[in-house]
Amino acid sequence: MIASSKISADLIIIGGGIHGCCAAMFAAQRGMDVVVIEKDTVGRHASGVNAGGVRRLGRDFVEVPISQHSMDLWYKLSDLVDDDCGFQIAPQIRLAETTEEMERLKQRVTQLQGMGFDHEIVMDQAELRRRLPAVSDHVVGGIGSLRDGFAQPYQTTFAISRRAKRDGARIFENEAVRQVAKVSQLWEVSTDQNTYSAPNVLNCAGAWAGRIAESLGETAPVEAVAPMMLVTSRLPHFCDAVIGVAGRPLSFKQMPNGTVVVGGGRLGRADPSKNLSEMIFPELRLTAATAMDIFPIMAKATIVRSWSGVEGRMPDRIPVIGPSGTHKGLYHAFGFSLHGFQMGPGVGDIMAELIANGSTQWPISAFSIERFKDNPAERR
Amino acid sequence: MIRDYENRPKTCDLAIIGAGPAGMAAAVTAAKAELTVVILDEGEGPGGQIYRDVEQSTPPRQRVLGPDYMAGGNLAAELRASDAIYLARSTVWNISTNRLIDYSCEGTSYQLQAKYILAATGTVERACPIPGWTKPGVTTVGALQILLKSAGIVEENAIIAGSGPLLWLVASQMAAAGSPPIAIVETTPRGRFQAALPHILGAVRGHRYLRKGLSLIRKVRAANVPIYTGATELEVLGEFEATGLRFVSKGRQHSLSARRVALHQGVVPNPQITRLLGCDHRWDKMQHCFRPVTNKRGLTSFENVYVAGDGGGIMGAVSAALQGRLASLDIARKLGKALADRPARLEAGLTKDGAVRPFLEALYAPAPEFISPSDDVKVCRCEEITAGAIRKAVDLGAPGPNQVKSYLRSGMGPCQGRVCGLVVAAIIAERRDVCMDDIGYFRIRPPLKPLHLSELAGFHPLGELGQ
Ligand SMILES: Cc1cc2nc3c(=O)[nH]c(=O)nc-3n(C[C@H](O)[C@H](O)[C@H](O)COP(=O)(O)OP(=O)(O)OC[C@H]3O[C@@H](n4cnc5c(N)ncnc54)[C@H](O)[C@@H]3O)c2cc1C
Repeated sequence: MIASSKISADLIIIGGGIHGCCAAMFAAQRGMDVVVIEKDTVGRHASGVNAGGVRRLGRDFVEVPISQHSMDLWYKLSDLVDDDCGFQIAPQIRLAETTEEMERLKQRVTQLQGMGFDHEIVMDQAELRRRLPAVSDHVVGGIGSLRDGFAQPYQTTFAISRRAKRDGARIFENEAVRQVAKVSQLWEVSTDQNTYSAPNVLNCAGAWAGRIAESLGETAPVEAVAPMMLVTSRLPHFCDAVIGVAGRPLSFKQMPNGTVVVGGGRLGRADPSKNLSEMIFPELRLTAATAMDIFPIMAKATIVRSWSGVEGRMPDRIPVIGPSGTHKGLYHAFGFSLHGFQMGPGVGDIMAELIANGSTQWPISAFSIERFKDNPAERR
Repeated sequence: MIRDYENRPKTCDLAIIGAGPAGMAAAVTAAKAELTVVILDEGEGPGGQIYRDVEQSTPPRQRVLGPDYMAGGNLAAELRASDAIYLARSTVWNISTNRLIDYSCEGTSYQLQAKYILAATGTVERACPIPGWTKPGVTTVGALQILLKSAGIVEENAIIAGSGPLLWLVASQMAAAGSPPIAIVETTPRGRFQAALPHILGAVRGHRYLRKGLSLIRKVRAANVPIYTGATELEVLGEFEATGLRFVSKGRQHSLSARRVALHQGVVPNPQITRLLGCDHRWDKMQHCFRPVTNKRGLTSFENVYVAGDGGGIMGAVSAALQGRLASLDIARKLGKALADRPARLEAGLTKDGAVRPFLEALYAPAPEFISPSDDVKVCRCEEITAGAIRKAVDLGAPGPNQVKSYLRSGMGPCQGRVCGLVVAAIIAERRDVCMDDIGYFRIRPPLKPLHLSELAGFHPLGELGQ
C-alpha cells in the first residue's frame, strides 16, 4: 500500500462492526461514495461474537420504534444481502419467577399497547408450560414476542460487509483511525497507512468510540465492558425460544444443532486498549446457577467453550445515535449497551437517511449525544 | 487425596502443569531449591504421555515397553520423594492473566494462585485428514500406545499408517506383545532421505537415537510385518466404519482390510495453555508447527510463565527433563533461592541431546497430502467442516482462522480446535498464499477441557475462602 495517499469519499465510517457495515450498505445504496475504516477486521469485536439475539422484547420504550423498524429489515435481510445470516424467527420470552415480577411485566405490556405496539404478549403459567415443557415449576409466567429471533453474528456482519462492497463501499481493514480533523470544510481522517477526506464522518467505533468523540469536543462517557457467554455440548431438543429472566441476568437459547448458548450480562474484564477481554468464572458461576434453576435439565450439560467480547455501554444503557453536538458533518452511532446487534439494520438505515437527507423520519432525539453534555453520568 | 478446600494448596511459588518428564524434573529441582511447588496432571499417576502409568507397570508390560519407558519410573519416584505437592486427576481448565489457575479434580473445581507457572503440557498428535479419517475404527498410533501402557491392551487387527519415530516404536511394542500390526503403510515421501542428508552430522552425534530407531525397524521386520513405503493417496475404506485402507505404493494401488486403522504424522506442541494466555508464537518451518517464543530458559512472552518439554517444540523426553530443570533454576534464581544445579551443564546437555533433531525433522516432515487435504475431506470433525468449505470461506474474504471459525464453526466443537487447528491455518495460508505467521491460530477459550455446568455453579473461588 502506498503511504500517505489521499482517499476521498462522501462519507467515512469509523468501525466495521454491524453498525458501521449496515450504515455503509444503506448509504452506498443511496448513491453515496462510502469508505469504512476498521482497525482490525470486519466483525472482530462485539458484532461478530455476540449472542445473536434479535430481540425487540423488553426494550427501553424509547428504543421500541427503531427496534421495530430494524425488525422489519431483519425479516428481509437474507434477500438484501444474499446470505441467510443464520437468521431464524423464534419467540423471545422473558420469565417471571415471582408474582411481583409478573405484575411488572404485565404493566409493561399494557403500556406498550398504549403506545401502539402489540408485539409483546402476556403468557400465563399454563401457556408458558405448553411452550416450554422443560421450564422449572417455580416460574409463574412471562411475556413473549413471538416473531423475534436469533442469527449468527459473524455470518451476518460479514455478509452485510460483502453486500456493502458490492454496492460500492470500500472497506479498509487493519487500519486504525488515529486522528479526525476538520481541514477547510472537509474531514480529514488519518490512519498509519492513509489519509481520507470527506464531508461526512460517522463514528461507529463501539467501545472505542468515546475517545474519537471526545477528541472532537463531545462528552461521551462510553464504558468498555465484557459480557460473557458460554456454550454447552449438544443436548436433546428442549427449547425453541430465546429465554430471558425478569429478575436475574440470563439469556438462554438452544441452537438448531442442540448446543445451548448461555449468557446474559455477567461481565468479565475488558481491556479495549489491548483489544482484549477476559472471562471471570466466579461471576459466570451465577449464570450457570440461574440456567440450572430455570431449566433443571441443564444440570446435565457440559460447557465446551466460553467467550466474551468488548462492548461499549453508556451510563443510561441506551445508545448514542444522531448528529454531533459540536460539529457539522459529524455523526455518531455507538454505545449499544449489550443489545445493539438487533438494532444494526434499523440504525444503519436511519443514519444513511440522516446523512443523505439531513433529517430522518424516525424518533432519535432521546439518543442525542448532547444528553451527556452537562451530566456525564446520566442514568435512567 | 486432598478433597476439602481447607487442605488444598491455595498459593505457591511455582505451579507446574503436566507431570511428564519436563514437569516432574522441574518439580524435583524447584522443590530442592525450596520453592513451594504444586504440580497438576490429569493422569492417575505421574509420567505424562511417554511414561504413562509407569508406577503401575508390571514386569511383562515393562518388557514390552522397553528400558526407555522404565527410566520414567526413577523420575516419578524422585517426584514422590520430593516436597512438591503432586495433584493427580487434576485438569487445569483456565488460567487468568494474574496467574490464577482454575482446575477440576473429581467433579469439583478449585483455584490456585501461582507466582510462576510452568506449562509442561507436552504434545498432541498431528491431525491426519485423509478421506475417511473421521470414521469409527480410525484411531491414532498414540492412542494405540495409550491402550498398551495403561491397560496392557494390544489392538489385534490394525494397520499402522503414516510416518515418524513413534510409528516404529509402537509397531515394535505391538510385535513384542505378540500382536504385530497387520501392515505398516509408510508415507515418508521418496527423496526425503536425500533432503535430510545435510543434517547427517547432527544425526551422527545423536547416533544413540538413530541406532534405537533402526533397531525398532528391524524388530518390526523380524515380526514379518508387511511394510509398504512411499505410500500416497491414502483413503480409509468402509461405508459407516473403517474396514481397511486403500493407498498407492510403488505405482500400485493396494486395498488392505483391517478392523482398525491407526494414523500418525508426528506430534506437535500442545498449544492450549500458551495460546490461552496469548503468548507470542512463531511458525517453525522444520517442525511444521507453531512454537511459543521463549528465551533459553523457557520464559515466554507472558510475565512469569515458562514452557518446558515438547510443549515448546518437539525435542523428546531427555531434553524435556533438562528444560524442566533449567526453567526451575531460573525461577529459583529470580526468587533468590540457592541453586543446586548449573544451568550451563544443562544447556550443554540440551545441545547434545538435540543434535539428531534436524535430521529427523527433515526426514519425517509431514507429506503434502496431510497438510493440504482435498476439498471433500472433513477437516473439523466436531462440526463436520470440509477443506472445501474452508477454502470457500477464504475466497469470500474470511482472512484467518478466527473468522473462518466464526463463519463455519470449525474449531468450535468440544475439542476446541485441538485436532484441526494447524490444518485449518495451513489451508488458509495456502489459499491466500500468505505465510503461517501472518495467518496465526485459533484464539483459545476456556474451559480448556469440557466442564459440567453444575461444577461451574458449585465452584468455590479463592476470594470467598477468606484468602
Ligand atoms: C458477548 C456479547 C453478547 C451480546 N449479545 C447480544 C444479543 O444477543 N443481542 C443484541 O442485540 N446485542 C448483543 N450484544 C451487543 C452487540 O453485539 C453490540 O451492541 C453491537 O454488535 C455493537 O455493534 P457496533 O458496530 O457498534 O460495535 P463493534 O462490533 O464493537 O464495532 C466497532 C468496531 O470499531 C472498530 N474501531 C474502534 N476504534 C477504531 C479506530 N480508531 N479505527 C478504526 N476502527 C476502529 C473496532 O475494531 C470494532 O470492530 C452482545 C455483545 C457481546 C459482547
